[in-house]
Amino acid sequence: MTSKDVVFRVKDLTKVYEMGEVKVHALRGVDLYLYEGELVVMLGPSGSGKSTLLNILGGLDTASSGTVKYRGRALSKATEQELTEYRRFHVGFVFQFYNLIPSLTARENVAVVTEISKRPMKPEDALALVGLGERLDHFPAQLSGGEQQRVAIARAVSKNPEVLLCDEPTGALDFSTGIVVLEVLERINRELGTTTAVITHNADIAGMADRVVHLSNGLISGININTVKKPPSELRW
Amino acid sequence: MKALDRKLLRDLWKMKGQAAAIALVIVSGVSAFIMLISTMTSLNLTRDKFYREYGFADVFASLKRAPDGLKHRIREIPGVRDVETRVVAGVKLDISGFEEPVTARLVSVPDKGSAHINRLYIRRGRTVDAFRDDEAVLSEAFAEAHGFVPGDRLGAVINGRWKTLTIVGIALSPEFVMQARPGAISPDYKRYAILWMGRDALGTAYGMKGAFNDAVVSLEDGADSGRVTAELDRLLDRYGGLQAYTRKDQISNRFLSEEFRQLQRSAEIFPTIFIAVAAFLLNVVINRTVSTQREQIAALKAFGYSNAAVGIHYIKLVFLIVLIGSAGGIAAGVYLGRGLGRIYMEFYRFPYLLYELKPSVAALAVFVTFAAALAGTLRSVQKAAGLPPAEAMRPEPPALYRKTLIDRLGLGRFLSQPGLMIIRNIERRPVNSLLSITGIALSYAIMLGGTFFTDAFDFMIDTEFKRSRKEDMTVVFTDPTSGRAVYELMGLNGIEYAEPFRSVPVRLKSGHKSYRTTIQGIAPGNRLYLPLDTDFKPIKLPPDGIVLTDYLGEILGVKAGDTLTVEALEGTRPVREVAVARLASQYIGVTGYMDLTALNRMMREGGAISGAYLTVDELHQKEIYRSLVEMSRVSGTVVRKDEIKNFYATQAEVLLFFTFIASLLAGTIAFGVVYNSARIALSERSRELASLRVLGYTRLEISYILLGELAVFTLAAIPLGFVIGRALCAYIARSLSSDLFRVPVVVAPATYSLAAAVVVVSAWFRA
Ligand SMILES: Nc1ncnc2c1ncn2[C@@H]1O[C@H](COP(=O)(O)OP(=O)(O)O)[C@@H](O)[C@H]1O
Ligand SMILES: [Mg+2]
Repeated sequence: MTSKDVVFRVKDLTKVYEMGEVKVHALRGVDLYLYEGELVVMLGPSGSGKSTLLNILGGLDTASSGTVKYRGRALSKATEQELTEYRRFHVGFVFQFYNLIPSLTARENVAVVTEISKRPMKPEDALALVGLGERLDHFPAQLSGGEQQRVAIARAVSKNPEVLLCDEPTGALDFSTGIVVLEVLERINRELGTTTAVITHNADIAGMADRVVHLSNGLISGININTVKKPPSELRW
Repeated sequence: MKALDRKLLRDLWKMKGQAAAIALVIVSGVSAFIMLISTMTSLNLTRDKFYREYGFADVFASLKRAPDGLKHRIREIPGVRDVETRVVAGVKLDISGFEEPVTARLVSVPDKGSAHINRLYIRRGRTVDAFRDDEAVLSEAFAEAHGFVPGDRLGAVINGRWKTLTIVGIALSPEFVMQARPGAISPDYKRYAILWMGRDALGTAYGMKGAFNDAVVSLEDGADSGRVTAELDRLLDRYGGLQAYTRKDQISNRFLSEEFRQLQRSAEIFPTIFIAVAAFLLNVVINRTVSTQREQIAALKAFGYSNAAVGIHYIKLVFLIVLIGSAGGIAAGVYLGRGLGRIYMEFYRFPYLLYELKPSVAALAVFVTFAAALAGTLRSVQKAAGLPPAEAMRPEPPALYRKTLIDRLGLGRFLSQPGLMIIRNIERRPVNSLLSITGIALSYAIMLGGTFFTDAFDFMIDTEFKRSRKEDMTVVFTDPTSGRAVYELMGLNGIEYAEPFRSVPVRLKSGHKSYRTTIQGIAPGNRLYLPLDTDFKPIKLPPDGIVLTDYLGEILGVKAGDTLTVEALEGTRPVREVAVARLASQYIGVTGYMDLTALNRMMREGGAISGAYLTVDELHQKEIYRSLVEMSRVSGTVVRKDEIKNFYATQAEVLLFFTFIASLLAGTIAFGVVYNSARIALSERSRELASLRVLGYTRLEISYILLGELAVFTLAAIPLGFVIGRALCAYIARSLSSDLFRVPVVVAPATYSLAAAVVVVSAWFRA
């Protein structure tokens, strides 16, 4: 792969949370490249710094030191406004607890995002993509957890983002529902070519990735390249 | 519609109870403001139009008698546009079927052409025929009170001669918008009238052919009224001039201006309280909303909504509530304003009421409310806008409970577990708890501020008409009369006792300050008229020196022991230096008091008197009225009981209106504060309370925890509200006081209880 295809270039990234007297070193010097179109699974035990890393990649948080470059632009030096713009036009997020807006229907939840994007899909198309074309006018409370997470995915991909960042997208779901959600993510990565990072503490999910990044204690402890990707339907845990 | 705006509407719908409670408080504040201001501007507008179209005079002067030729000299005074000379007199009326004494002010209308100054607005019938001496135009309020229509007749004692007059017209005048007998504090439409007759007829009757005893002057634009009055005083001095005055001191206009001042002041005080409470409630609600929507805010930011966009989202929510409240407030304010306007039209007799709500006033109300709401919610909105998205993903850390003061004092063991929870929760959020208590306290204060008038007026009437005065009736003579007139009165069947008095118009001066009033000469050994000291004990008048109403002392800047200059405006018009003996406490009007003998001595007159206070045998009352009507030197009679009765009759409707409005307003505040506190407590602690249920607490015990907190708030609010309310009453009373009257700060225990009841009931009605 050539350097042109690098989407994220992370160098010596650290993040320290200061809680009064106590300092929590969430990231202790992370070096990482993410490439165009790949599906990366970030694996590590709870508290290893996965969310922190993903948040910094997504422009939701800033690093304590080190650099993060997105297609050559230094996120670590971006202003609040530039970060907002970056999130608006380039990144799609999927969260563990979906973070849907309960007072809006599935369609409206997606519209919240498409209304501020440059080349969005139609909310209906995005929902059809995750297999929810029939449940457009349901409120989150009327949907199951898996369906809610698929709405959240539809919302994330509806803006046609260049990167899709998913923080434990199956963490709150049972096994079979989790598989459905992973299948959606895999298909979007495959069909739309969206660079995708999926966080999990579940090692079994790693099989569907192009590469697996292992995190522990704020450091990258290893990177595996899967020569054969398993389709999500063959995953077991 | 944008999806985010849709969220807004649905969020609003979900919190509709709270939003409505807040909107109601805003409705109260805005409607009170709109009602007061629109009534004021409407009356103002109506007054200006009426004054302009009917040529209300700029300068007024009364005198003893001057030849008509003087009119031209007056017109030549620089700044004078026009002058009208008139004959004005006090008369007794005799209304068949109405046994009580009725007096009237008789005013001449010019014979030739129509007057340019103080023109009559003829409501019905016509003006008088110049060649008839038995026609009169009657003031509308009096005509209405007695059901007179053109063509009816009434009897009048004109300069001692009984005469039957035919009413040819019913009219209003800019000069008598407020129609009260001089010295009275409220109009008495049954017992006091304005009567207009032809100039010629009056001239003949009062020996004023080719002469006048009253002048009204209109000024050129930009004229110096001070110079005109000074010049006029100089001209009229040798004709018994009583000091010219301007509109500012014209009694009808004075009352109107005072009313405007009161409305303006009320419009400043009450709405401010409401808007402050609304801002506080909004702050609580928005703060809570932002807390519960943390994760949603995080998602919005993660998807690229800017901090500003998120902030604006919540500002829109505030704005919507404010908008609903202000719209309701404007509508209610217009409705109430019209109602209040109609009530005022009872007091202020205009031919019409031009109701007007200036768009700028409505806009101001909305703007101020929104600005206050924004200021109140700014912190919460900033919190939402500034929420770091990564952090917002995490659930909010659990609330921090500390050992409370009660715990530390070791008092905890005296409280049940739920009792402890109540106290801890109040102590945990001291600012919010304090604000809630203050909010409820304010509703109590508003209740007091809106209703204490009833008590204050009771006290005022009790002091002025019962403690300070003991007579049954007062008779006034047409001119200062020999003291022997008392014996004539005593000779009437049924009169038990007569106490003479002398009343001299004067100008009091001290340094640069000067004030025109009367000195009341009180007979030695007075039993019926008793000026009171500050402890409400009768003052024994000193053999010389003057006693001043305390407020007059303030106006003139003098106290006991000081000396002031008295310029008498009657008789030989002596000017004297007189020592201020002491100050008297008095709520209505301002006067100087002197011993009758001392006053006579100062005036260099023998035992002259102006009238007498009488006590009568009730059985002979009607007979006495008759005799007094027939006594030519008596120009009028006032019955003390009638004055009291009339005061209450005229004030009742206004007082009732304000009590009603105040209760309503206070109720909305108490309701709004308590309802919101309850909702917030419930939402914040639903989890905690649910686990208590699981632990086996009954529903009742759980309600006790929630309601207990509100009960503590409500009870704590009462003493605070008492203090704020007293201060509010004192402030209102102070801002209303003028030389016309002072409102005492008196709140009866019953009012305190009523106010507390309204607050507690509104609070519990919700809870
Ligand atoms: N806002 C924060 N304040 C303080 N400590 C934090 C904060 N966010 C994360 N941490 C700490 O940083 C470490 C890494 O957290 P995180 O990135 O959430 O781990 P993971 O997602 O792998 O479970 C943990 O020890 C966590 O407690
Ligand atoms: Mg995590």
